[in-house]
Amino acid sequence: MKYLDEFRDAAIVQRQAALLHRITTRPWTIMEICGGQTHAILRFGIDEILPPSMTLIHGPGCPVCVTPASLIDQAAFLSNLPGVVLCTYGDMLRVPGGKDDLQSAKARGGDVRMVYSPLDAVELAQWEPDCEVVFFAVGFETTIPGTALAILRAKHRGLRNFSVLSAHVRVLPALQVILQEPACRVQGLLAAGHVCTVTGCGEYEPLAREFKIPVAVTGFEPVDILDGIIECVRQLEQGTAQVVNRYARSVRAAGNPVAQALVHEVFEPVDMEWRGLPEIPEGGFKLRNTFQEFDAAAKFAIPGMTLAKVSECIAGAILQGIKKPGECPAFGHPCTPLNPLGAPMVSSEGACAAYYRYRPQLVEIATQEHRRGE
Amino acid sequence: MGSSDSLGGSCPVPLMRSEQVLAAHGGGGKLTADLLTRIFRPHFSNPLLDQEHDGAVFSAPASRLAFTADGYVVQPLFFPGGNIGTLAIHGTANDLAMCGARPMYFSACFVLEEGLSLQVLEQVVESMGQAARAIGVQIVAGDTKVVERSHGTGLHLAMSGIGAIEHSLAIEPSSVRGEDVVILSGDIGRHGIAVLAARQQLDFQGALPSDCAPLYAPVAALLEAGIEIHCLRDLTRGGLAAAIVEIAGKAGLAIEIDERLIPVAPAVRGACELLGLDPVHVACEGRFIVFVPPSNVEQALAVLHSQSVSADARVIGRVAAGSAGQTTRITPVGSRRMLDLPTGEQLPRIC
Repeated sequence: MKYLDEFRDAAIVQRQAALLHRITTRPWTIMEICGGQTHAILRFGIDEILPPSMTLIHGPGCPVCVTPASLIDQAAFLSNLPGVVLCTYGDMLRVPGGKDDLQSAKARGGDVRMVYSPLDAVELAQWEPDCEVVFFAVGFETTIPGTALAILRAKHRGLRNFSVLSAHVRVLPALQVILQEPACRVQGLLAAGHVCTVTGCGEYEPLAREFKIPVAVTGFEPVDILDGIIECVRQLEQGTAQVVNRYARSVRAAGNPVAQALVHEVFEPVDMEWRGLPEIPEGGFKLRNTFQEFDAAAKFAIPGMTLAKVSECIAGAILQGIKKPGECPAFGHPCTPLNPLGAPMVSSEGACAAYYRYRPQLVEIATQEHRRGE
Repeated sequence: MGSSDSLGGSCPVPLMRSEQVLAAHGGGGKLTADLLTRIFRPHFSNPLLDQEHDGAVFSAPASRLAFTADGYVVQPLFFPGGNIGTLAIHGTANDLAMCGARPMYFSACFVLEEGLSLQVLEQVVESMGQAARAIGVQIVAGDTKVVERSHGTGLHLAMSGIGAIEHSLAIEPSSVRGEDVVILSGDIGRHGIAVLAARQQLDFQGALPSDCAPLYAPVAALLEAGIEIHCLRDLTRGGLAAAIVEIAGKAGLAIEIDERLIPVAPAVRGACELLGLDPVHVACEGRFIVFVPPSNVEQALAVLHSQSVSADARVIGRVAAGSAGQTTRITPVGSRRMLDLPTGEQLPRIC
């Protein structure tokens, strides 16, 4: 399959791994920002073929993981209102909120539907005029243009039964917060190729300068990821800190101006709570006042959601790369993919779920410690 | 009003010729009888069913029997390459085939929702009759219940089946041995993607029919050729991964499969890439794996290649050194990682 097979070529991967072993002289710590990259690293066992001294930290780029629990509770609340159809992406269904999750809300009779595109939700609103269709919008700059387009289409068609509950988040402000943290160990960044396809690479220049950190704009296939790691290591070994586009088949320096204009027309930055992180200045997007009629937060009386704090879960430290999943007192017991306490255990891209699946020995240790504790 | 009318109840109720399932179809009265004579009997007719007894009475066809039960709730009812009826017949037959049993006698319990089109029901029943006859199976018992309307498209099927075991092998996970080789009967994931595409109205380019098919023929051919079958498993829910993980756990052995050897149709591969699914977790309804000793591999492959449903069979893995229940996959780039069960329902990833 074109654009896949050549980027999963075992011979090329072996050559890249050999090169990486040759040029690496010190124990470097690199963060892959995007959950899609984390998924590929684990799916293809890339972490197994890196120099043993190298550490990969799984960044905050899993939109499912960082969506605040209170917003999930709000979405579940909306789905249980009579006449409301709540549409969202498939992997949001299992994510635990503070008190509720969408799968349970659905089992109680809530109308929760999985869609592949926000435009499907607009179509639904058109065909079912008696329903109030709410699209629970999650994701980074990759999915925001689609939500903007859906809102513009609903406005164009004069639909009054379509609205958006926005949990959209922005990558760069979050990275700023993570890199400022004194405990942060990240020395190089693999920037998310899909986000950069929309935003371009320019946004990373000030970050690279301020934190003296090399940034490789990286794709999602094994050859892409190793290529990004090699670029970071090369720069780290030479002591440079530049932004280099290693995903040129998709990313242009200026990004996608059409998508950027759509987002700018409909959304504006807002300070936002991220799950497991402190409130991030301009870390999210909200609908501009001119589009308030499509803002579910303004349209429905949603009660404030207070959260029961899960004391044991260290999701924040995991998302910041300060701690590894195995260091969490709840890992493996009681927190498992079937009973997740924190978001990184939920999404297939979450670091805790990945460790649970691929590092069974850690689960065994956690279970034994729990037994001793009893 | 004459008293004879009100007391005698002689007002004739006309037999309704509805085009959809009514609550009365499940009432045990005339409409129920009408459903049986109009729809079920013509397509399921066989000497045991035609006795119209409370149960089917027959002599045991072999000294060892296999007995299985399965429920079918697939939505939509029709999908490229099959429907809920063919799925129920093939699925029940395949569970028996995986015990090395010849599928013989089935029961079929229909749970119908008020409002279901009778034409749809008859289409399903007709294809069940055809699928059963094609593999020598008789539907000898059945029941119909009608439940209240919710979406008006509901048809659920509860099946059970009896099969005859005509050999002396113990085909089960505990028979798997340390040297065994894993053979896969064909490409994986077509049923899951075909149903998902039909359910979500995803318009993938190129027709992608389900792999739904009966599997006793290749099993019988292997038995007839004297292949020492240690274990069989069809790849249904949870796909290839679930089958391997379950067998490794029950056999107390480690199994390793090589992703590079697993055939996946380009359309399935493309759909999985697009939707963020892993083909090894996607359901099949006409594929199976067989564990055989190394000395039998070549002959087993030759036999499987002579059967159309397993013409693309190939070796994909083996029992390997490792701890009990450990399952490993060799990735396309040659690294090794754990082969895991999917957690709950397969949900497409957002990024």
